[in-house]
Amino acid sequence: MKFAEMIWLVPVLPLIGFLINGLGRKYISKSVAGFIGCASVFASFLLVVGMFFQYQSAEHHEAYVQTLFDWIKVGNLSIPVAFQVDALSLIMMLIVTGVGFLIHVYSVGYMHDDGGFQRFMAYLNLFIFFMLLLVSGANFPMLFIGWEGVGLCSYLLIGFWFQNQNFNAAAKKAFIVNRIGDLGFLLGMLLLFNHFGTLNFLELEKFAPFLKGDKTIMYITLLLFIGAIGKSAQIPLFVWLPDAMAGPTPVSALIHAATMVTAGVYLVVRSNFLFTASPETMMVIGTTGLLTALFAATIGIFQNDIKKILAYSTVSQLGYLFMALGIGAFTGSMFHLTTHAFFKALLFLGAGSVIHGMGGEQDIRKMGGLKKFMPVTYWVMLIATLAISGIFPFSGFFSKDEILAYAYQENKIFWVLAVLGSLMTSFYMFRMFFLTFHGTFRGTHDQEHHLHESPKVMTIPLMVLAFLSLAGGILNIPHVFGGHESLHHFLSPVYAKAAELPELHLPHSTELFLMFGVMSLIGVMIFLAYRYYVVKKNIPVEEGTELPVLQKVIYNKYYIDEIYDSSVVKTLISTSTFFFKSIENFLIDNFSVITGKVAIGAGKQLRKIQTGKIGTYVFVFVVSVVVILLVNFYS
Amino acid sequence: MTLAEITFYFLSVLTIVSAAAVVLSNKPITSILFLIFAFFCVASHFLLLSAEFLAFVQIIVYAGAIMVLFLFVVMLLNLNKNIEPYKPILFRTGAVICGGLLMLLIIGALKKTAGMDMVVVDEELLQTTIQAGKVKTLGKVLFDEYLLPFEVVSVLFLSAIVGAVILGKKDI
Amino acid sequence: MESIKHIIQHVPIEYYIVISAIMFSIGVAGVLLKRNAIILLMCIELMLNAANLLFVAVSAYTQDPSGQVFVFFVLVVAAAEVAVGLAIIVMLYRNFDSVNINMLDKLKW
Repeated sequence: MKFAEMIWLVPVLPLIGFLINGLGRKYISKSVAGFIGCASVFASFLLVVGMFFQYQSAEHHEAYVQTLFDWIKVGNLSIPVAFQVDALSLIMMLIVTGVGFLIHVYSVGYMHDDGGFQRFMAYLNLFIFFMLLLVSGANFPMLFIGWEGVGLCSYLLIGFWFQNQNFNAAAKKAFIVNRIGDLGFLLGMLLLFNHFGTLNFLELEKFAPFLKGDKTIMYITLLLFIGAIGKSAQIPLFVWLPDAMAGPTPVSALIHAATMVTAGVYLVVRSNFLFTASPETMMVIGTTGLLTALFAATIGIFQNDIKKILAYSTVSQLGYLFMALGIGAFTGSMFHLTTHAFFKALLFLGAGSVIHGMGGEQDIRKMGGLKKFMPVTYWVMLIATLAISGIFPFSGFFSKDEILAYAYQENKIFWVLAVLGSLMTSFYMFRMFFLTFHGTFRGTHDQEHHLHESPKVMTIPLMVLAFLSLAGGILNIPHVFGGHESLHHFLSPVYAKAAELPELHLPHSTELFLMFGVMSLIGVMIFLAYRYYVVKKNIPVEEGTELPVLQKVIYNKYYIDEIYDSSVVKTLISTSTFFFKSIENFLIDNFSVITGKVAIGAGKQLRKIQTGKIGTYVFVFVVSVVVILLVNFYS
Repeated sequence: MTLAEITFYFLSVLTIVSAAAVVLSNKPITSILFLIFAFFCVASHFLLLSAEFLAFVQIIVYAGAIMVLFLFVVMLLNLNKNIEPYKPILFRTGAVICGGLLMLLIIGALKKTAGMDMVVVDEELLQTTIQAGKVKTLGKVLFDEYLLPFEVVSVLFLSAIVGAVILGKKDI
Repeated sequence: MESIKHIIQHVPIEYYIVISAIMFSIGVAGVLLKRNAIILLMCIELMLNAANLLFVAVSAYTQDPSGQVFVFFVLVVAAAEVAVGLAIIVMLYRNFDSVNINMLDKLKW
């Protein structure tokens, strides 16, 4: 049985789960809803695993496209509903269904006491459906459908507890900021169609050899990148991600750590032949990614909400992904994306476990010493934090160091700044870790009584993810350690058509020196964090105390939200009000009123023609006959 | 100036004068009488043009039936009053000018399309013309080519009779 | 009578056209000027007669009896029209006690 032919089933199964849970949310019990939700995603996961193994064992690694039906067929434009099974979509589908399944299982435990449980499972399934559409689509419009759909699900899930107006505002913010990026994406697609006449990936790849020096490609790729900026939270459109922490923690894990925010990276890798043909865009991508990484890392150092720290860490890691894309390390970016999915999901779920145990408290200043209360959570969080800091032999070490090695080879300045970012990452992650799990408990007495380890349904996914964070590095072990760089080989057909991608050819000694040199610096940072927060027992100051100026600015995230509000939002609102008051009310409404008045006035005057007197009518009659005869015979 | 021409001019003047008198007179009875006279003149014109049958039909139907009907109505309803309001001389002049313009136009228009002046004609055509006015020829044409309009016209008469009777009733 | 019958030899058709047009215009002037409904009807009859005259003249000049047949039909129509028209005027007089057409001006704004 050829699994690839069942690709259409892979998104459809979560869709069915959504329909059952969504429409029947008042009628089915929580356990049934939970089972349906998890089972649909698991079934898709099994299908994808089957496809993966069949792909691996096949002789020729070609993309397989399955067209369901013609959606739009107008003139030259032909957009079929088609799915594509190749290396890239397989990797993404594995991540989405695999990590998604674990998060579904976790949610069954985390959201157990919530009244809208069935609705939550339905939304999660809908999200998986759209995300699968996004990664398995065979043309840009299919990608865009998934793109928009995950934006919608993000809105629904962030504002899941809709009774709270602040959460609703955060959900709206996410959707609107995303939309700004989507406009760029749409314009890019239109320009692409205008230039090439097709939106199909495989057909577009055929143009790849002729793209050198084509100026339009730069505009297309820049516009597509704007879309990626919005979805993947780069500067300047990252402001929605920290606010999106208003949603339940499994949502943050699934959407804002593992899957949706990686859609931008997927987009760039999918259109690699376009991006590599435009070196200017690559430089823009790299610079943006690097700036975002550093910017978010500085903010993360001073945050006190456990989820906000993780949010800024996500923004920062996404910056790394884009920086890697910018310098041409496509495999490195995909590798880091995969490992990031593992350990970031683990971090969020672990944080959820902590919040669950603390009865809803999210401020790390009120935690501490949780090691003895929640041992499983402690160990998995330790693994995750080590992974994100890039310590050997955790997965994060391999992926991050691959990116750093490419950066060292291509652009030394990038390398220096990236290393600086890594140091900051490890510092603030361990700051969070130490303040949460070490030291003495700083919360209230009630909270202390409530503290307990999370149930098995929550800890088992944590342990699976911890194993993946630990062992995920084997995906792409570099030659210097004797590995085969399996992921690189797996993904190489995807960018076969791209213009020259850089190959890593540093001497082994340099590579090893770089890796362990950076790791030792990271170790120093961890030691500093340990000394500062555990030995010296320093705790961040309480809310409301006066901070030194620099710290205050960074703590308030450089006042970026306030800047946006005063410059963009207020201008928009005042322009709209102006238009509403003067033009709409004054002009357009009056316009219809005046038309009415003119009609009535004209009518009043014109009806005086009807005098009712026969003499008048006959006179007009004769005059008309005279005029007609004149015109006819004398013209 | 042959006799024909003299007769023609004389008759024409008579026709036009009596037609003008119809419009210009004050009392209705005078108008009617002048109109009868105008009909007689037109009948004479028909005779001149060798349309004898039509000349007699004109006198019998028009002058004899239709105008008598008018006279009945005027006399029975005692309408012999002058009800014309005084119109300023300006209006009257304007109306005359309008009428004159119309006349000029019609003459000009019809002249353009005429192209059938036959001043000299030979004997054979003359005979044909004379025959054309006779009842025999007319009857043949009427019942040959124009049979359907003939029958339809009888239906028209029927509807006119019915209409006149109903309209004339005191209480419907 | 022979010399009279040769009228078509001496009188060009334009003369008949002129007479017909003058009579027609007089009729139109009468319709515009007169206020008595009965006189109005009579002026319409005058117009019809002008047309009849022209028909017969053309029929004589083109030796085609169809023109005279048409006059026949016009006569018929005129008779029917006068019958109905007078019936209407009689009813008008009964209801309004006058035949002034300026009195009939209710069909206005």
